[in-house]
Amino acid sequence: MNSLILSVRLAACVSAILLLIGMPLAYWLAYWNWRGKFLLEAIVALPLVLPPTVLGFYVLIALGPHGPIGKISEALFHRGLAFTFGGLVFASVLYSFPFTVQPLIASFEAMDRRLLDASALLGASRFRTFTKVILPLSLPGIVTAVVLSFAHTLGEFGVVLMVGGNLPGITRTASIDIYDRVQSMEYAEANRMALVLLIISFVVLSAVYGVNRRIGRRVWASWAAR
Amino acid sequence: MLNARLQKARSGAAHSSFVLDVALEIPSGITIVFGPSGAGKSTLLDCIAGLLKPDSGRIEINGEMLLDVQQRIDVPPAKRKIAYVFQSLALFPHMTAEQNVAYGLADIPAPQRASRVKAMLGAFRVEQLANRKADQISGGEKQRVALARSLATSPRVLLLDEPLTALDEGLKKSIMEDLRRWNAAQNIPILYVTHSRAEVDALGERVIVLDQGKIISTGTPHEVLDAPRRSSLAQASGFENLFSGVVVELRESDGVMRVRLVRGASEIETPLGHAALGTTVRLAIRAGDILLATERPYGLSARNVIAGRIISLEQRGTMFVAQVAADAEGAVVFTVHLTLGARRALELEVNRPVWLVLKTYSCHVLED
Repeated sequence: MNSLILSVRLAACVSAILLLIGMPLAYWLAYWNWRGKFLLEAIVALPLVLPPTVLGFYVLIALGPHGPIGKISEALFHRGLAFTFGGLVFASVLYSFPFTVQPLIASFEAMDRRLLDASALLGASRFRTFTKVILPLSLPGIVTAVVLSFAHTLGEFGVVLMVGGNLPGITRTASIDIYDRVQSMEYAEANRMALVLLIISFVVLSAVYGVNRRIGRRVWASWAAR
Repeated sequence: MLNARLQKARSGAAHSSFVLDVALEIPSGITIVFGPSGAGKSTLLDCIAGLLKPDSGRIEINGEMLLDVQQRIDVPPAKRKIAYVFQSLALFPHMTAEQNVAYGLADIPAPQRASRVKAMLGAFRVEQLANRKADQISGGEKQRVALARSLATSPRVLLLDEPLTALDEGLKKSIMEDLRRWNAAQNIPILYVTHSRAEVDALGERVIVLDQGKIISTGTPHEVLDAPRRSSLAQASGFENLFSGVVVELRESDGVMRVRLVRGASEIETPLGHAALGTTVRLAIRAGDILLATERPYGLSARNVIAGRIISLEQRGTMFVAQVAADAEGAVVFTVHLTLGARRALELEVNRPVWLVLKTYSCHVLED
């Protein structure tokens, strides 16, 4: 069960960080037009199509003692990030990026632009328009984004294995634990954890569909298309 | 006083691209901007509000420069102090009427804000809706809340983009009366955009006619629209009958001329225009200005009596629209509006022979 708690902790950290990074990025992608925008859109969507092992491999190199992020971490904390919880969070943030950003973009883009014009004409700054008009009216999209990134992080396997290895209590998440137990023929324990993950995933997805069918469906389509 | 000189190229579908090129001087009070859809009315308002950037030009309110493209002055919309009510109204659906009106008053201390919101809701007679969510307010009342919200910020100019189009005449009139009463004290310039001829007549104020991005006429509705000089304006302002004809006789002493329609053989007497003998002109006649008679009328002041035959009759609401083919050949078809009662009394049916009766002064000569 330790591994399950670790998975939930990881998923919670990742969704929180993604929401903080994802909101300004999605705002920018939804409302600004510039020539190179499609490149950034492609980068944001990349984890949808990239094999987890490829992403995991590059992240592992970057986090390692000779990688750029590993060096920064060494300089700041006198320790590397590979095979640590921090490294796992970093990799998972990259991996779940589209699951946060795309529902946010979809709901920002669906906003009636005249509401934003009206807000500006009433003297509101961009920030006030964002917090008072865009955020409350995008709530279904935000819930979708958080829930999807949470569920997606909870179930990831390949990236975690590449970056985190399999250290009990530190990087051994539920999905890796299940794999381990099947390898060592502990079917009863594997079954118990698999069932818990199945139930969590189902509940979470029902919530997404319940909150907003329209935006949920659009993101689900990109997920299912993988 | 709002002064603006603007140029803005708008590209769209082939028929909707135009260059907005206007110079305006708008005094306090209501000024109507009238024109067909695609004439550039909304583009003009968006430029004044700062939502669109003109290619060149300047905008000035009471001597303060808001935009000067050459000098790179461009005050953002949030700082222009211009109120703008869109056709869609754009009330914030997640807020109550009260919160909508308070939205633009964030800088004012809370107690003053509350009393100002109350006063504005009162001025537009929607105080009973204060706690109602915007998406639960009915048409008519929504317009009132939108006006209260825009005017709560004490703007220097009010822009209205057909906000009342969807309402019936009674509601429209009562809202405009409230707006006039409010503006009697504030005395700011109000630009009211519409493509509806009926609204121009109802408001009856100074009107600017915009067509394909240019101002083609300015004056009172009566001066500008009752004697249209351009056929695009005639179509826009509800002249259902437009015909080409050749001037065949000028009777300057009577102030009239005779025009022979290019199709068919009918001749129509019109007021004397600037056209010379033998030139081709366009005639515009309102469907509501044409009389129908079932027998040839005598002893009339109307100078034009044309024989015809009803070829179609269609009820539209409380009105009948008749198509009447003139002459035996039926080359010219007049559209005529009739009341239900007139149709009943004359027992008008399809194929029935009738006489079209037109007053000289109902036949307007256009310049293209």
